[in-house]
Amino acid sequence: MKTPKIKLKNVHKRFGDKVVLDGLDLEIMPGESLVIIGGSGTGKSVTIKCILGLLTPDIGEIEIDGQSVLDISPVERNTINARIGMLFQHAALFDSLSVWENVAFGLIEGQGMLASTARDIALEKMAAVGLAEDTAEMHPSDLSGGMRKRVGLARAIAINPEIIFFDEPTTGLDPIMGDIINQLIVETTQNIGATGLSITHDMSSARKIADRIAMLYKGKIIWHGAVEEIEKTKNEFLRQFINGNSEGPIDFETAII
Amino acid sequence: MSFLQLTGATVLGFFRAVGHITHFTIVAVSHCFRPPFYFQLIWRQIVEIGYYSLPVVGLTTVFAGMVLALQSYTGFARFAAGAESSIAKVVVLSITRELAPVLAGLMVAARVGSSIAAEIGTMRVTEQIDALTTLATEPFKYLVAPRVIAGIATLPVLILIGDVIGIFGGYIVAVYKLDFNAAIYLKNTWEFVQFTDVFSGLVKATVFGFVTTLMGCYQGYFSKGGAQGVGTATINAVVSSAILILILNYMITAMFFGA
Ligand SMILES: Nc1ncnc2c1ncn2[C@@H]1O[C@H](COP(=O)(O)OP(=O)(O)OP(=O)(O)O)[C@@H](O)[C@H]1O
Ligand SMILES: [Mg+2]
Repeated sequence: MKTPKIKLKNVHKRFGDKVVLDGLDLEIMPGESLVIIGGSGTGKSVTIKCILGLLTPDIGEIEIDGQSVLDISPVERNTINARIGMLFQHAALFDSLSVWENVAFGLIEGQGMLASTARDIALEKMAAVGLAEDTAEMHPSDLSGGMRKRVGLARAIAINPEIIFFDEPTTGLDPIMGDIINQLIVETTQNIGATGLSITHDMSSARKIADRIAMLYKGKIIWHGAVEEIEKTKNEFLRQFINGNSEGPIDFETAII
Repeated sequence: MSFLQLTGATVLGFFRAVGHITHFTIVAVSHCFRPPFYFQLIWRQIVEIGYYSLPVVGLTTVFAGMVLALQSYTGFARFAAGAESSIAKVVVLSITRELAPVLAGLMVAARVGSSIAAEIGTMRVTEQIDALTTLATEPFKYLVAPRVIAGIATLPVLILIGDVIGIFGGYIVAVYKLDFNAAIYLKNTWEFVQFTDVFSGLVKATVFGFVTTLMGCYQGYFSKGGAQGVGTATINAVVSSAILILILNYMITAMFFGA
């Protein structure tokens, strides 16, 4: 059996009294594209942050390439993160830098590439996400939300990472741009052979980019399977989620008075 | 909560904060000495902290020197005749030892400490610091070290300039308002001032530069909770560095001149 690229075992994470992850198990194989779906606030972003080392799980084990990545030194963490690309949900662009400097950041600071070379690569990646060259010198605060998202995406793929995390890549984009981005995600993961973990609420996007889908509910993965299987699933939770019904077993913890 | 519980919680909270800050300081300082060094960022911070603080420092010290000359003249006139020779000495001593480092240090703490805390705090709450980490860049090295290095390097220079401007302020009042002899005033100043007077002020400046930038970075780095959290971080940065400046000022003074 192959070692999974990413493996989470029995991960627990709570903030104060609020239990967010409650024994989460997840395996992602090399070259696979997994999509996590789940209601708002169920801990999808927290899961990714735990893998990246931005949050530390209370209990549990996280492995990348079979190596535990908890309790490692900051230097080791840097070498691991240098192989990972991350698109943040709210883009998290550096607002003191111009757009192209944002995209080239991992190349210049992380890999020590020359600024002129990195700029060419940055422009290429920006073109791939539909950003014209004249945005290169602009600052993130001058961009629209959807444009910022695409700059974030370009920054995530610029370093040709082995592992890519996309936190809601298509939220805030128009349907056509959304489809272009979906296509781009499929291409990048296939071309670089990268392992992808994406979060989305958008089922059409999930169907397009996923090899496999996992559903997070109440801190656990309650269902996972190949993308074709979701259509014929008997799982009530998943059926409710993909059909977007307000009636069903999912407890949204909202009291309608 | 009973009184004992409250006291206990406060004391524990205090020690936790001290431990937290100490740890932050050690990590921050260790990053100031280990490569890679971001020279471009250090230079940008030197300009930001040093050059742009010049007007504030100049204004503070020139008025401090002026008021000092005026006050000591009218004050001395009450109990001593021939106060003229003392004015220059009082001005140069007070400016170099105390007023330039402390007043200018406090002004810089307000200006620089708040801007550092607000900038790093905003980066924290908008996940830019997380983004730095995921792009394999150490935030301490990229954000904290350049600011701390620039603070330590520029404050002494600023204060030295402040010394000169402050003495000049005293001179202006003495010569043009009180009609002192300019040459004698300068001679009194120059002959009276000692190396340790200026040096102790510069040591203070170095320490204040370190404390101000460190507290700005610390408060910003651990800010949370959106715009309001950044606001709180900014206030805390200014207040804590101002208090530390006053306490450390006493300690350094006692070290140099304590009997
Ligand atoms: N740093 C934090 N401190 C306290 N609570 C947090 C923190 N980060 C996340 N949480 C809580 O954890 C829960 C899960 O958050 P998370 O951001 O992972 O949700 P999500 O599944 O990504 O939702 P969405 O789809 O809306 O982005 C939320 O209830 C949130 O309040
Ligand atoms: Mg999220």
